[in-house]
Amino acid sequence: MRTIWIVAGAAFKESVRDRVPYTMVMFAVLMIAASFLISQLTAGQDLKIIKDLGLAAMAIFGLVIAIFIGIGLVAKEVERKSVFGLLTKPVTRAQFILGKYLGLLTTLAVNLSVMTVAYYLVLVYMDVTATVTMRAGWAAPALDPRQVVAIVLIMGELALVTAVALLFSTFSSPLLSALLTLGLWVAGHFNADLRQFEQVVDQPAVAWIARTLYYVLPNLAPFNVRAEVVYGVPVTASHVGFTLLYAAVYIAALLAAAVAIFRRRDFK
Amino acid sequence: MPLAISGASSQRPSSRGLVIAVAGLLALSIGVQVVRDRGWQPYQPATPLLWFQSGNLLKRVSLGFQNVVADTYWIRAVVYYGGKRRLPGTERDFRLLDPLLTFVTTLDPRFKVAYRFGAIFLTEAYPDGPGRPDLAIALLQRGLAANPTAWEYAHDIGFVNYWWLQDYKAAAHWFEKGGQLLGAPSWLAPLAATTLAQGGDRQSSRLLWSQLGNTDIEWIQRNAQHRLKQLDAMDVVDELNRAAQRFTSREGRPPRNWRDLVVGERLRGIPLDSTGEPFEIDPATGRVDVSRRSALWPLPWPQREVRP
Repeated sequence: MRTIWIVAGAAFKESVRDRVPYTMVMFAVLMIAASFLISQLTAGQDLKIIKDLGLAAMAIFGLVIAIFIGIGLVAKEVERKSVFGLLTKPVTRAQFILGKYLGLLTTLAVNLSVMTVAYYLVLVYMDVTATVTMRAGWAAPALDPRQVVAIVLIMGELALVTAVALLFSTFSSPLLSALLTLGLWVAGHFNADLRQFEQVVDQPAVAWIARTLYYVLPNLAPFNVRAEVVYGVPVTASHVGFTLLYAAVYIAALLAAAVAIFRRRDFK
Repeated sequence: MPLAISGASSQRPSSRGLVIAVAGLLALSIGVQVVRDRGWQPYQPATPLLWFQSGNLLKRVSLGFQNVVADTYWIRAVVYYGGKRRLPGTERDFRLLDPLLTFVTTLDPRFKVAYRFGAIFLTEAYPDGPGRPDLAIALLQRGLAANPTAWEYAHDIGFVNYWWLQDYKAAAHWFEKGGQLLGAPSWLAPLAATTLAQGGDRQSSRLLWSQLGNTDIEWIQRNAQHRLKQLDAMDVVDELNRAAQRFTSREGRPPRNWRDLVVGERLRGIPLDSTGEPFEIDPATGRVDVSRRSALWPLPWPQREVRP
């Protein structure tokens, strides 16, 4: 386990060297600019729009990091040939993969934490400056702690996307890995349609294939509870629990596949 | 002598010149842009169009970010409506307003303000709006279908029927329906009975506009205050017309000017409306109305006076 954390630490430091923390600054600037500009254009919906924008920005910035750092995790090491040196040390290929994954996950967690703090600071400002009439029009309080549920699920989705990117990174070029990961992310958000495919087509075989794809492809729609938390609609603990459990199981499967592929890979 | 290429920072060429060049070129690009903008207007299609024709399609392609897309369309709807209102009266064309609002509410069916303020935008009579209470009611009904406990939408449908369509039976029905919903204010259900009994009285109108103006949105506040001032002016107009009628009965002819009425009815002077503009008297009929120069003109449909 210690070896995994050493690799993870190195991967985290590398992401810092790659200037990933700049995204946090961009996020903070976006949030502050939005909080000042949006109120001029939104006819009284500043809080809702800032919440929508903040949560969406966290998901998008996180996705960009997960994909563009994730696809280079293994491919870059192979390209630079630094993987040869690494694998001569007492590090198994499985430890290498898991360490890389945990390193990027740490990067994402730190990013998301800082973005959450920036997000809540803007909400504190909105809360302090709001009049009684403004508050009366809010669907949910500015500092509603339930928003953390949405952020936790964003992290769950990013963890899954990172595992997808890492899997592709073990056998494919960075460009192809990025396209494949992005493709799976898009498919993951259309996934619910596959389940209802049998209502649209008459052929049972096609419906069966669609249903199989529904279960095999990553289903990312349940990770999105942003609309619910913005409107203060309760998200059940069982939904959060099962969605995170699904993420954990799916990630385990992806990492196992990544290890299996990477083990068989010949670096000659 | 070989060329010495050293990594030492002390021997790196100074970048001051480049920094100055970057700043200078950036300033130059701004200058070029200013000159270009003087003789160039961005292309505006003769008929404005929406790239997406279906809110449901847009919802699908927004890949889980439909709320942000809804916010964007809401901002677009607000800017569109505000932008059109700034144009000269004859150039105002609000045809995209309803599709934009439909997009917003399809993408985010809980977007309360899009239903409520969208309905206000849609009902405003031309040239201040498209003057489409039917579309406003349809929008609010979709809102009620998506949020069955939102008494505000039932109230607003009643309001549109009351103020814009003067259909008091329908208004009373919606006020009553709204009053039965959870969390509805205590004044809503009695308003149904008042509307049915005294449809169109100014007290109910005042109550409705006061409730509507109870918001932090400046535009809505201004609009409600304007309507309340118009209702006050209508009271004064009624009072002055009664005075004119008395004058006519007594003198056998209508008052021809303010002098007739001021002297004959012992008024304190030429009455002014709340904007400071004198009321106008029609010399042919002796009828009094707000001046066409007043911001309060034209007064809304002739409501019945407050019952004593």
